Amino acid sequence: MRKIMTMLLLPLTVTPVMAADVSVSGAHVAEPDYVGLLFVFLLSTFIGLMVITQVSRLLHTPLMSLTNAISAIAVVGAILVGGRSYADNGELTWINMLGLVAIVASVTNIVSGFLITDRMLKMFKQRGGK
Amino acid sequence: MTTCIQLSYLVATALFIFSLKWMNDPKTARRGVLAGVLGMTLAIVGTLIDPSVIAGNYKWIALAVIIGAVIGYPLSLVPLTAVPQRTALSHAFGGFAAGLVGTAKFYYFTRGGIEMPLFVTIALCAEVLLGYLTFTGSLMAAGKLQEWLPGRPIIYRNQNLINFFLLLAAIACCGLLIYDAHQFAWLFPVLIALALLFGVLLIIPIGGADMPTVIALLNSYAGLSAVAMGFVLDNKLLITAGALDGSSGLILSIIMCKAMNRSFTNVLFGAFGQVQTAAGQVEQRTVKSATPKDAAELMEHAGLVVIVPGYGMAVAQAQHRVREIYDQLTKRGVTVKFAIHPVAGRMPGHMNVLLAESDIPYEDLVEMDEINPDMPQADVCLVIGANDVVNPAALTNDKSPIYGMPIINAHKAKTIFAIKRSMNPGFAGIENDLYYDDKTLMVFGDAKAVTGEIAKCLAGEEGGH
Repeated sequence: MRKIMTMLLLPLTVTPVMAADVSVSGAHVAEPDYVGLLFVFLLSTFIGLMVITQVSRLLHTPLMSLTNAISAIAVVGAILVGGRSYADNGELTWINMLGLVAIVASVTNIVSGFLITDRMLKMFKQRGGK
Repeated sequence: MTTCIQLSYLVATALFIFSLKWMNDPKTARRGVLAGVLGMTLAIVGTLIDPSVIAGNYKWIALAVIIGAVIGYPLSLVPLTAVPQRTALSHAFGGFAAGLVGTAKFYYFTRGGIEMPLFVTIALCAEVLLGYLTFTGSLMAAGKLQEWLPGRPIIYRNQNLINFFLLLAAIACCGLLIYDAHQFAWLFPVLIALALLFGVLLIIPIGGADMPTVIALLNSYAGLSAVAMGFVLDNKLLITAGALDGSSGLILSIIMCKAMNRSFTNVLFGAFGQVQTAAGQVEQRTVKSATPKDAAELMEHAGLVVIVPGYGMAVAQAQHRVREIYDQLTKRGVTVKFAIHPVAGRMPGHMNVLLAESDIPYEDLVEMDEINPDMPQADVCLVIGANDVVNPAALTNDKSPIYGMPIINAHKAKTIFAIKRSMNPGFAGIENDLYYDDKTLMVFGDAKAVTGEIAKCLAGEEGGH
């Protein structure tokens, strides 16, 4: 029950701060709603701790490759940095290049992480080959 | 548009949580992978429609994605014995990505003369420090696991002191950058260099047997660097997904530490290899040895056989031979169970994956705490390439460096067969009292050869009956 409650709570904390958009205006970055962000961090850590303690010990290796693929969510940041235009003529700058290399690294993890997890999980069979 | 993007992130977060939740049972676990893939796809599509990503750059992003996929696909096909180093390598990629994004953001801000809020600078420093540290640290771990680097701890004088000052210097850099990022921008490359160096120096003194904890810890760091990136970019999806990964790594490393009765600080700064010299002097004792045929005969007539696999089984690739033994014995009505110690192998759950690969039903893979009460009923305990995890000294000898570590009670079985290449002490260099037990018979030889021999004896006798 407690688990379900927390799961329901997470979206609540995400929704109110949704409008806080990063807007670069002139010479400073808008202050992010950092208390909101810390809230999100805190709650998702607790959810993570509760969900992970339930994971079967049999599956700790696939769990690690799965979380590996999930943490390649860094691809989102890499796309935002690499896909932005920094020069007036829209040409690639070296800042773009850093972002694009980060995309390569993240996508490597996404592809290999999910594929190998599935490959390992396929091997876990019950008695009788089910 | 922004609402659309945020909603896609929200759904992706939910999918990631379900993805991990479904990992609680092997029956639903594959659904978990599907949820993860869906969540990731949604997150990427949501990001691509972000207005700040310009259309002209789509082709470059596509190119980067293709290159990543081309590198990633072969990495998913590695043999299962190489999974620990693949995992370490992917932590390195994760840390590298976080570090690069942090670097790009920093120069974007400082070159453009854009003021950063305090919170963003702190997060940026954390992201860069964690990211690059995870990058080189994981590369070292992968190198050790692949045996490109020596697996033994690399130790030199004042190691901890040097590491400590290095970390202090890195934190000082962060402090100055947080104080005034524009004035101290020249310190940023110094911070990167310190983080890279610290990652290397942190991991080289850690030995192969401690790798399960280290990999789990690096997993956690990779997650936390994604969280820090989320703080920098004001992106909640990065925070939620990163936190899930961070907490997963944390829990796994706590489990590993408990299974070795050691603390985090002891694993990271204890340099396991050093402690052993104190326990070096042991009087000469004799061991009894036996042939694979003896083992086969005794197991054939047993009621319960418990097999304790260890890293030696993985190194020798013996799991398929073990499966043949399992088949032959179960066919004769012998109950065969596998006793899995949490730190057996080089990463959490390593043995389970190898045995599952050789088609052993997962019901017969039993955790240490569940099998121990049954050990006195075991007629035969077959130890394959495991050492410290069955050393009774952990229970009885308070001078042993592994004293207090929970073990599989192999010594309680009626007869113990231990397969080992020679009497040289294992990786940790600790004498194993089990081998000198009156009930223990040593079967010397390569794990794959010996298990193959046992399987052949069992199959041969079947024909003779």
